Amino acid sequence: MNYLKQFSIILSISFIGEILKAVLPLPVPASIYGMAILFACLVTGIIRLEAVRDAGKFLIETMPVMFIPAGVGLMASWNVLQPMLVPVAVITVVVLVAVMAVSGRVSQAIIRHGKDKNNE
Amino acid sequence: MNELMQTSIFAGATISLLAYMFGAWLKKKFHSGLFNPLLISIAVTIVILLAAHVDYDTYNLGAKYISWFLTPATVCLAIPLYEQLTLLKKNLAAVAAGIVSGVLTSLVTVLLLALLFGLNQQEFVTFLPKSITTAIGMSVSEELGGYVNITVLVIVVTGVLGNILAEPVLKLFRIQEPIAKGLALGSSAHAIGTAKAMELGEIEGAMSSLSIAVAGILTVFGASVFSWIYSVL
Repeated sequence: MNYLKQFSIILSISFIGEILKAVLPLPVPASIYGMAILFACLVTGIIRLEAVRDAGKFLIETMPVMFIPAGVGLMASWNVLQPMLVPVAVITVVVLVAVMAVSGRVSQAIIRHGKDKNNE
Repeated sequence: MNELMQTSIFAGATISLLAYMFGAWLKKKFHSGLFNPLLISIAVTIVILLAAHVDYDTYNLGAKYISWFLTPATVCLAIPLYEQLTLLKKNLAAVAAGIVSGVLTSLVTVLLLALLFGLNQQEFVTFLPKSITTAIGMSVSEELGGYVNITVLVIVVTGVLGNILAEPVLKLFRIQEPIAKGLALGSSAHAIGTAKAMELGEIEGAMSSLSIAVAGILTVFGASVFSWIYSVL
């Protein structure tokens, strides 16, 4: 019963997300509207954390499995992927290292700047 | 085999789940980030389908029920974000700067490399969400008209490489603050990077996990802007 209630809340929010996607002219996926709604409901206390936590944790933990069908779809788009293999490899690695370095350095600079100020 | 698969609604999902369990078993046995259960399950499933002469559409007749859970699961990413809210507020400046700079770096470097390789619009948008979590990245790619399957591959490989390269890269760029390490991993390698961040420490893990949702949402908006920029270039 508990799980049923939690899933009902999560599915209702997903459905509202779908409605918003149909109504609003923004390139935003339904799931992102849903995520924003759930977050807002949790922050304002409209939905208590316990009311969605167990079902939510289950869905998040099993999420990798949900990507398998999309990944297997590569067998159908191999003819598109094959000529793109070099850009795929280069972009994957270069962007990864660039983002890690910039994000880390920028936040570190701000943290250390704050620490220096506190020490003055 | 194709006929049996066409009449079964459980075959596709069963093969996928068993392949995933096999991947999880390999990961546990070898304790290495290289053995990512998702990548292994995708590869194993493709091999089984090819060997049994089953095409993708037939497989997906049953497997699509697994994908059905994706929207509600993505909605639930609000839960860990909410749980990290205090930490987010306490370090607002560093978190905001770290994630915004990470998201922008991702979009800009993808744009520059796409120009370098002369990619067309559809190929370009395929790469735009490559740094964010698969659930959100897939929807972004779909929304902008990219090759969703390739987006998934690039995102997952990014995560696996991020997990493996995290320590040398953080060391090379002398990123030592735990908060900065977490933000760097979460915004560059999403959930799979977060697994590494959790190994590094509690603060690293928490910071990385809150970056997943924030970087994802920022990228939803950033990607549509960059998609437009590329179309007019």
